[in-house]
Amino acid sequence: MTTLPQSTEKKLGLVIDLDTCVGCHACVISCKEWNTSNYGAPLSDMDAYGAEPVGTFLNRVHTFEVKQENKPAQVTHFPKSCLHCEDAPCVTVCPTGASYKRVEDGIVLVNESDCIGCGLCAWSCPYGAREMDAAEGVMKKCTLCVDRIYNENIPEEDRVPSCVRTCPAGARHFGDFADPESNVSILTAERGGMELMPEQGTKPVNRYLPPRPKTDIEQIDILAPLLTRQPEETGGFLGWLDRTLEKL
Amino acid sequence: MHPAPSVIIFTALSGLGFGMMVFLGLGFLDVSGWVAFVFVAVAYALSGGGLLSSLFHLGHPERFVKALRQWRSSWLSREGILSIVTMAVFGIYAVMWIFTDVRNPALGSLAAALAVVTIYSTSMIYAQMKSVPRWHSPMTSVLYLLYGFAGGALLTAQVTLAGWLMLALAVVQVVTWVQGDGAFAKTGSDMGTATGLGFLGKVRLLEKPHSGTNYLMSEMIHVIGRKHIMKLRIIALTLGSLIPAVLLLALPSGHVLGLVVIMIHLVGLFAQRWLFFAEAEHVVGLYYGQR
Amino acid sequence: MTMHNQPQLDTSPKVSDEIRHTTCYMCACRCGINVHLREGKVAYIEGNKDHPVNQGVLCAKGSAGIMQHYAPSRLRAPMKRVGERGEGKFEEVSWDEAFDIATGWLKPIREKAPEKLAFFTGRDQSQSFTSWWAQAFGTPNYAAHGGFCSVNMAAGGIYTMGGAFWEFGAPDWEHTKLFMLFGVAEDHDSNPIKIGLGKLKKRGAKVIGVNPIRSGYNAIADEWVGITPGTDGLFILSMIHELLKSGNVDLDYLIRYTNMPFLVNQDQNSDEHGLFIRDSDGKEQVWDRVKNEPVAWDAKGVKPAMKGSYKVNGVSCTPSFMLLADKYLADEYTPEAVADRVGISADRIKGIAAELARVAFGEQIILDRPWTDMRGEKHEQMIGRPVSFHAMRGISAHSNGFQTARALHTLQIMLGSVEVPGGFRFKPSYPKPVSAHPKPHHKVTPGKPLDGPHLGYPRGPEDLALDSNGKAKRIDKAFTWENPLSAHGLMHMVISNAHAGDPYKIDTLFMYMANMSWNSSMNTTGVMDMLTDKDENGDYVIPHIIYSDAYSSEMVAFSDLIFPDTTYLERHDCISLLDRPICEPDAIADSIRWPVVEPDRDVRGFQTALIQLGAKLGLPGFVNDDGTDKFEDYADYIVSHERRPGVGPLAGFRGEDGKGKGRGEPNPNQIQAYIDNGGFWIDHIPEEASYFKPWNMDYQNYAVERGLYDVVQPYVFDVYQETLQKFRLAAEGKGDIQPPEHLREQVRASMDPLPIWYEPFEQTLVDNVEYPHHALTQRPMAMYHSWGTQNAWLRQIHGHNPLYVPTDIWEANGFKDGDWAKVSSIHGAITVPVALMEALNSNTVWTWNAIGKRKGAWALQDDAPETTKGFLLNHLIHELLPSKGDGQRWANSDPVTGQAAWFDLRVKIEKTATPPNLQSEPNIAPQESPVGRGPKNVEYGKVWS
Repeated sequence: MTTLPQSTEKKLGLVIDLDTCVGCHACVISCKEWNTSNYGAPLSDMDAYGAEPVGTFLNRVHTFEVKQENKPAQVTHFPKSCLHCEDAPCVTVCPTGASYKRVEDGIVLVNESDCIGCGLCAWSCPYGAREMDAAEGVMKKCTLCVDRIYNENIPEEDRVPSCVRTCPAGARHFGDFADPESNVSILTAERGGMELMPEQGTKPVNRYLPPRPKTDIEQIDILAPLLTRQPEETGGFLGWLDRTLEKL
Repeated sequence: MHPAPSVIIFTALSGLGFGMMVFLGLGFLDVSGWVAFVFVAVAYALSGGGLLSSLFHLGHPERFVKALRQWRSSWLSREGILSIVTMAVFGIYAVMWIFTDVRNPALGSLAAALAVVTIYSTSMIYAQMKSVPRWHSPMTSVLYLLYGFAGGALLTAQVTLAGWLMLALAVVQVVTWVQGDGAFAKTGSDMGTATGLGFLGKVRLLEKPHSGTNYLMSEMIHVIGRKHIMKLRIIALTLGSLIPAVLLLALPSGHVLGLVVIMIHLVGLFAQRWLFFAEAEHVVGLYYGQR
Repeated sequence: MTMHNQPQLDTSPKVSDEIRHTTCYMCACRCGINVHLREGKVAYIEGNKDHPVNQGVLCAKGSAGIMQHYAPSRLRAPMKRVGERGEGKFEEVSWDEAFDIATGWLKPIREKAPEKLAFFTGRDQSQSFTSWWAQAFGTPNYAAHGGFCSVNMAAGGIYTMGGAFWEFGAPDWEHTKLFMLFGVAEDHDSNPIKIGLGKLKKRGAKVIGVNPIRSGYNAIADEWVGITPGTDGLFILSMIHELLKSGNVDLDYLIRYTNMPFLVNQDQNSDEHGLFIRDSDGKEQVWDRVKNEPVAWDAKGVKPAMKGSYKVNGVSCTPSFMLLADKYLADEYTPEAVADRVGISADRIKGIAAELARVAFGEQIILDRPWTDMRGEKHEQMIGRPVSFHAMRGISAHSNGFQTARALHTLQIMLGSVEVPGGFRFKPSYPKPVSAHPKPHHKVTPGKPLDGPHLGYPRGPEDLALDSNGKAKRIDKAFTWENPLSAHGLMHMVISNAHAGDPYKIDTLFMYMANMSWNSSMNTTGVMDMLTDKDENGDYVIPHIIYSDAYSSEMVAFSDLIFPDTTYLERHDCISLLDRPICEPDAIADSIRWPVVEPDRDVRGFQTALIQLGAKLGLPGFVNDDGTDKFEDYADYIVSHERRPGVGPLAGFRGEDGKGKGRGEPNPNQIQAYIDNGGFWIDHIPEEASYFKPWNMDYQNYAVERGLYDVVQPYVFDVYQETLQKFRLAAEGKGDIQPPEHLREQVRASMDPLPIWYEPFEQTLVDNVEYPHHALTQRPMAMYHSWGTQNAWLRQIHGHNPLYVPTDIWEANGFKDGDWAKVSSIHGAITVPVALMEALNSNTVWTWNAIGKRKGAWALQDDAPETTKGFLLNHLIHELLPSKGDGQRWANSDPVTGQAAWFDLRVKIEKTATPPNLQSEPNIAPQESPVGRGPKNVEYGKVWS
C-alpha cells in the first residue's frame, strides 16, 4: 500500500554539516559504487565516454554562493540526497505501491520489481531526490544503504550508509531522529539543524547544519586587541628583548 | 517540466475522448447504427490512443497493470482504473446503442459521470503536485474538464454548446495563466528555503553538481524564453478556444466547417498542452539556479 | 488507514567474496583501501579503517577506482609507433621486441655517453628505485616531477627546518586551536587534511584561509583572506613585523631550537661575510651573555645573547636574530606599507597577527609528558603553541615561492609552533636536516654507474652540477646558477632544453607517468611542436622517446615506444621509508600495493619492466655475477634489495623471523606479512618521543633504532640560511666558483639568507596595464589531472571547466551566463567559456586544472566535452619568461629552486562571440586512439543485480 505509515518506529536519516563539507564529492562516488552493485538495479551511465554522459546518482553535491550587499560572498557545498520525509509525497503518488516508507525505520524505498517507471514520484519530490535510471527504466533513490545498516556481513562499526562511512571531513552523520539522545538529534538541537523547504510540507527527516558565522563577513570582533608596540620609554623592541632574556 | 510528446498526446487525446463520452453518454447526438459506431470509435480511438501513448512514458510499460493497485492514494492509479471502467461502461452503452439502437439513460449517465471523473483524475495527476506550483491549483482541474467538455462537445457536433464552452474555456485559460504566473512566488519557496541558506544572504548557484546534465534537469527543468511563451499562449488561446468559439457561434454549421474547427482546436490544444508542461516550473529548479 | 504491505527485504546480503587490502593510487595520497571482490571482479572499494593515512575514509577519486581499473583507455600491449609522432598510430609488439628496441637505443648510449639518456619519471611513487636504476645506468639526467609540482615547498621547508608541509608533516589536529591555510592545498595529503579539518570543526577551532579563491577548504574557513596572488610572503613578513614590534615571539624557543643566537660575520670585506662564526672544531659560536665570551652553540648551560655586536678573533659579528629583527622591523614591512600590494587592509593584517599571538601565547597548552633534549636537559612537560599552518602549491608555484615558503616557516618558528603540541609536526623520516640529505651527484663515466644519487641539497656553489666551463651537466639545468637549489630537478625544462640542444643534445627521452605533451607542460602547443620537430635530415630533433603509461594519454601519441603499465590494482609497489612513506607524526609506517586482481592484458608494472630492461642492459645491481637476472620482478626487488645493510625498501616484518622493525635481514615472506597486516606496517612512536623531534633524544634514539638515521642527528632550525649566503657571496664576487655575469644580480637578490619577498617575475616584465589580471588553476578534489579525466564517474562531475571571473571583471566586460571570452597572456591566447564567481579576489580569474583533453586521447569520443568546451590554461604559460632583450633564455621559474611559476600568469580578457560549435581554442588536431573508444553505455554491477 502506498499510503504512508502514521508513524514509524525509528526515523533514520542524515545530518549534513554545511559548516564542514568541503565539497569533495567523496559521498557522491562512494554512494554510486555501493549502489550500482547492491540494492536493486545498477546505476547506469549513458554515453559514459561521449559528449553527454548522464549517469544515475543518488547523491549529488551542489555548490552555492551566498552574498549580502557590500559584503564578501561565501561559498557553501551542498550535498543532497533523499531526505526520507515523514510526509513523503513520492510515496502517495505511486500508482503501483512500489514506493513505500518502511514502518520500522522510516526509510523511503522503491520496490523496483513493482516500479513501472512512470516518474511521478520524482515529479512529486521537491528536492530532486529521485532519478529514473535510463537503462533500467526504474526509479532509483537513496536507500540509506538499507543493505548496509543492518547487514551482519559487515563489521558493526561500518553499518552506516556508504556516504557516511567515506566522508573524509566527517560532515555526514547517520542516526535515529526519533531518539532524542541520538547523535543526530543532539547535533540538530545544538547546531540548529535546518529542514529544507519546510513550506512544501514534506516534513523531511534529514537535517542540515548551517554554516557558522564567518568572521570576515559578520565583522565579528576579533577577540584580541591589536598588538601594541613595545613602548619606546622601556627601550622598545630591544628593551623587551632584554627583559625577556632576564626571565629565561 | 519536460514537454514529453507522450504525455502531451495522452492528456490531450484522452481528454477529448472522455469528453466525447460525456456527451454521447448523456444522449447528445441523435444518430444510430454506423454513424453512432463512427462516433463511438472516435471516442475510443482518442481515449484509448491517449492511454496507449501514456504507456510510452513508462520505463516498464509491460508492468502497467500494477498501476491499478493504488486507487486509495494515487491519482494515476485512479485515473487508470477509471479510464478502464469508463471505457467498459461506455462500451456496454455503446454496444447497445449501435446494435440495438437503445440508449440506456442510466448506463449512459453513469458512463458520462465516469468520464467526467476520469478527466478530473487526469487533471489531479498534475494538480496534486505541490512541487510544481503552476499545476497545484483547482484551476488545473477546471481547465482539463473544460478542455474535455469543449472538445467533446465539438467532436459530438454540439455546435452552439461547444461554442459557449470554448468561450468559457478561453476565460478560464487566461485566468489559469494569470494565476499560474504568480503561483511559484506564492509558495514561498526560493533558493534560500531550498538550501536553508537564505538567512546568510542572496543564494546563487556557483557549480552544478555535475558539469553535464542529468535526469532531474532534463525531466523537470525546461527553460523557454518569455517571447516564445507569449507566442505560444496566443496560439493556444486563439486556436484552442477563441477562433473555434467565434466560428462555432457566428457561422452556420456544416461538416466542412466542423472539421476545420476541430483541426484548429487541436492545434491550439497541443500548443496549450506543450505550454502546460514547458511552462511549469518545478521547485527542484531552485537547486539548479532556476529563478 | 490500510495495513502496510512492505516487501520482505534481505537486509544482510552478502557483500563480497573476499576483501583485499592494498594502497590507493588515484592520487598521491596513498590511502589504504579495502578492495571487495565478487566473482573475481572489483565490486566495491572503501577506505581501510586501520590505515594511518585515511583512517577508513576515501575520497571521490578513490571510490571511482573501479572505473579507472576497468577504463577503456587502458593500454593492452607494448606498442611501437608506426605513424608520425603525435598521430597516435601504433602497432602492438611483444615485450621481447619492445625490450630489443629499447636496448638497441640505450646500450650504445650507456657505453659512450650515458647523459644522452634523459630519464624522468613523473608522478612516480618508486623514486628510490627508479633513481637507483638511473644511477646504475650512469646518466645524470634523472628526476621525477617535483620541479613543476612543489619543490619550493619541499626545499623551503628542508632548508629552513629540516622538513616541509607537503605530506611530510601535519598540524597537530588533536590540539591546534587556530589553523591557517595558505593557497590551494586540496591536492597533496588530501584525506588527512579533510579529516583534520573535520576534527577542528568538531572542536570549534578556528580556520583561516588565505587564498584568492574561496572554494574547497577555504569555503569552510571561518575567515577568508582573499589575498592578491603572489603576495603571501609580503603578508607573512608584515605579520612577523607586528609580532616583533609587540614582543610576541617565542624567544626561549628561538634560543633553544634555532640558529637565531648564532653569531654572524659582519665584516663586509670578509670572504665569510654573512656566514657563521665557528670555532676551530667548526662549531657555530654564540655569545654567552653571562660569561661574556663566545662559546659553542651547544655548550652545556650556555646563555646566548640575542642582540648586540661582538668581536670574535677580531671579526665583528652579531646574533642572527638581530639581523632578522633589523630586517623585519623596518618600515617597509609595516601593515600600512604592504596593504595595497597584498590586497588586505592594514587593520586586517594587524588583526590576524594579533590573533596568532593571542592563541600562541595566551592559549598555550601543556602536556604532562617528560622528555629529554639534545643538551641533556630534562623537561617535565611539553609546552605547546596551538597555532598551526599549512600551505602547498598555492604559495610555491610562484617565482618567489621558495622565499615565501621560508617566510611562512619563519613565522611558525617565531611563534614557537613547530614540533610542539598544537603546532606543526613532522612525519618521519622527517625531521631530517639538510646535512642528512645527499648532495647532488652528476659525475658521468661511460659504461659505469653515476657517482651517487642524482638529487640532493647543495650546501654551496661547489655542489652545483656544472662542468669546468660552467656549463650545465644536466639536461634540465638543475643545480646551476639559474636555480641552484633545484632539489627535485626540472622535468618541465627537459623537452625544451633537449629540443634546443641546450646544454647538449640527447638521444633518448624516457619517461613514466607524466603527461608532458599536455597538462603537465607549460606552453603545451610549443611542447608538441618540439616533440615532433625534425632536423635538416628529416630526423626527429629528440631522436627517441620511450614512455610508460597505463592509459592512452596525450603523451602516448608522441612516443616511439610504449611500455604499457598495469593499473594500480594489478601491481606491486612499496611506499617506502626510503622515498615518500605514509608515516604520521605519531608513527612510522610504510605500505605496499599488490596485484589484488591479475592483469587481463599483456601489460607489466613499469618497475618490473624497468628491472627486466636493467637486466638486459646488464646494469650493475640488476644482474648476478654470472650474468643472470638478479630480480625476478619488482616484488622480488622490494623484498630482497638492501640499500644499506639491514635496511631495505620495506621497514616492517624484516629478518628471518619477520619481527624486525626498520632493520633486519631480508624476509622472503615480507610481502605476505604486509598483505596479512592490511597492506601496511606501522610502528608507533613512544609518547615521550612524539614532539620536539629534532631535539628530543628519545625520538633521535628511536629513529636510529628503526633505521631512519644511522646516528642521532639533533639540529637547530636554519631561520638564517647560511647556504643561501654562500651563493650570495659568490654572486658578490667572492670565492672560486662564481655565477656568470648575467646571473649575478639574480643570485644576489634571490639568495637572501633571511626570507624576502619580491614581485613575481612575469608581472615585472609584462605591461600590467595591458595584462591586468592574475590567472590561476586549482585542482578539483574529485579529479587528479590526467590520472582521472577519462574516469566514467568522475568525468561527469568535471567534464568541462569554465573560467571563473570575479564580479568586477564580469561587469566590466558585460558578461552574461553562457558567454565566452578570449583570454590572452603575453605568450598566447585561448577562447573559453566564462562563469561568474563572487567569492573571488577582484583581480583574479581561475579554472579547474587539467580538465581539457585532446581529441582521441583517453578513449573518449571526439565530441566529449573535455575536448570541446574543456580547456587548459597551460597554453598561456611559457616555460621561459618574456625576453629581456639580453639574448638570454630566462626560465619562468623560481630563481632558487627552478620551480615552475605556474601562478605568476598575467592575462587580459575580452568578450567574444560564443562559438557556434562551443569549441574552445586552441583546438588541437585529434590523435588516433590505439585502444579504440569507450563503450556507449556502462551499467557497472549489472552482473550482480
